[in-house]
Amino acid sequence: MLRYFFVGFSLLILLVVSITGLRGWKSKRPPIELFPDMVRQAKYKPQTESEFYADNRSARQPVEGTVPLGYASVSTSSSNGTMGDLGPYQNIQFTASSDYVATGRFGNQWGTGIPFEVTAAMMQRGRERYNITCAVCHGATGAGNGIASKYGLNGIANQQQQRIRDMADGEIFNTITWGKNTMMGYGSTIQVPDRWMIIAYLRALQRSQRTTWSDLPTEEQKNASSWK
Amino acid sequence: MSNFFPRWSNLLPLKLLVCLVFIVSGLVGGIWYYFTPKYTRVGYQPDQPVPFSHAIHVQQLGMDCRYCHSFVEVAGHSNIPTTQTCINCHGQGKIKWDSPRLAPVQESWKTGLPIPWVRIHKVPDYAYFNHAVHVNRGVSCYSCHGAINEMSIVYEAKPLSMAWCLECHRAPENFLRPPSEIYNMQWHPKSFDEQQEMGMKFKEEWQVNPPVTCGGCHR
Repeated sequence: MLRYFFVGFSLLILLVVSITGLRGWKSKRPPIELFPDMVRQAKYKPQTESEFYADNRSARQPVEGTVPLGYASVSTSSSNGTMGDLGPYQNIQFTASSDYVATGRFGNQWGTGIPFEVTAAMMQRGRERYNITCAVCHGATGAGNGIASKYGLNGIANQQQQRIRDMADGEIFNTITWGKNTMMGYGSTIQVPDRWMIIAYLRALQRSQRTTWSDLPTEEQKNASSWK
Repeated sequence: MSNFFPRWSNLLPLKLLVCLVFIVSGLVGGIWYYFTPKYTRVGYQPDQPVPFSHAIHVQQLGMDCRYCHSFVEVAGHSNIPTTQTCINCHGQGKIKWDSPRLAPVQESWKTGLPIPWVRIHKVPDYAYFNHAVHVNRGVSCYSCHGAINEMSIVYEAKPLSMAWCLECHRAPENFLRPPSEIYNMQWHPKSFDEQQEMGMKFKEEWQVNPPVTCGGCHR
């Protein structure tokens, strides 16, 4: 009798396992929530679907001319159009404003110069942001040979060329924000201070490719002489 | 009167007990094994409208997580990229524009309606989770999303259960990474001892003090 029980029991286990599978097996079935009390609440989380609005988006487009709550206008941080000593993490990142910091222009002219004092930390930040976003196409040195160029993305600008070396910082800022030719704008993903830091780093990249002997610090010159 | 119960019935209570023990332990074992996010959540791999491969974009092309998930460091929600992010490289006349696999991207770009990606990783609505505070304090994408850089189709690798969260909240030194390696999915500590030594250092330096009280997450 016990024998029949064990056979039945084993078969039952086999049946259960064959239906439910084991932990970690891939499945397209949405996870079962065993105690669903308030696990999914009637509220919108970021980037979720809505059945209320016609376009099915819970996120709404801002009314034209809206300044988000908590976002000061860039121009209020300082009267002369610079960001003063405000660091990159102040809440001044997305506001569209008409001054140099947010447009790269003075009136109808491209301005040039980084609108805040560039520190080593900001150069590091610029480098990091450059490598995340720009290097995919423009390459780690700006030579236009990033990975996308190897997969058939044409028309990538070589940032080492004279035209871009001579280009005003403000125009580069504008290009990052709104794009140019095949390049799409990155204004929605790179924040304003980061764009300036990227430009600062780009200038360093350009300089690095045309370094002369006299540009080297004396210590490096000594080191390099010893290799000869 | 002598043979009221047949002889085989002597062992019956014992046999029944054995059966009962097996049935109960089978039930308990089954519930222990299946009634947990380790079973219900891990391995969830829905079909996506576009068969986007993290393996190609991260592993093969070497792209950074933050090219697409651009606000993970500053926002609680790690954003699903906009259609424009795809179009940056896959726009008209660019890489694989005509591929039928990218048809929903084209469609979305033309209509302005979002690509209906299927969300995989979900904590309950009564649990608060913030991406930025985690990635800015030494918790790598890898810790919660597993080897997502190797996934051709994303699946849920970790249970995201409360017990699992607390594993790290109680002993963050076992998981904290150098800030330079947060987005490097291929970095792994050489040994557990090294991890602990490094983790203790970061925990102290950054004053990592993850909440283990109810109100830390259920707020």
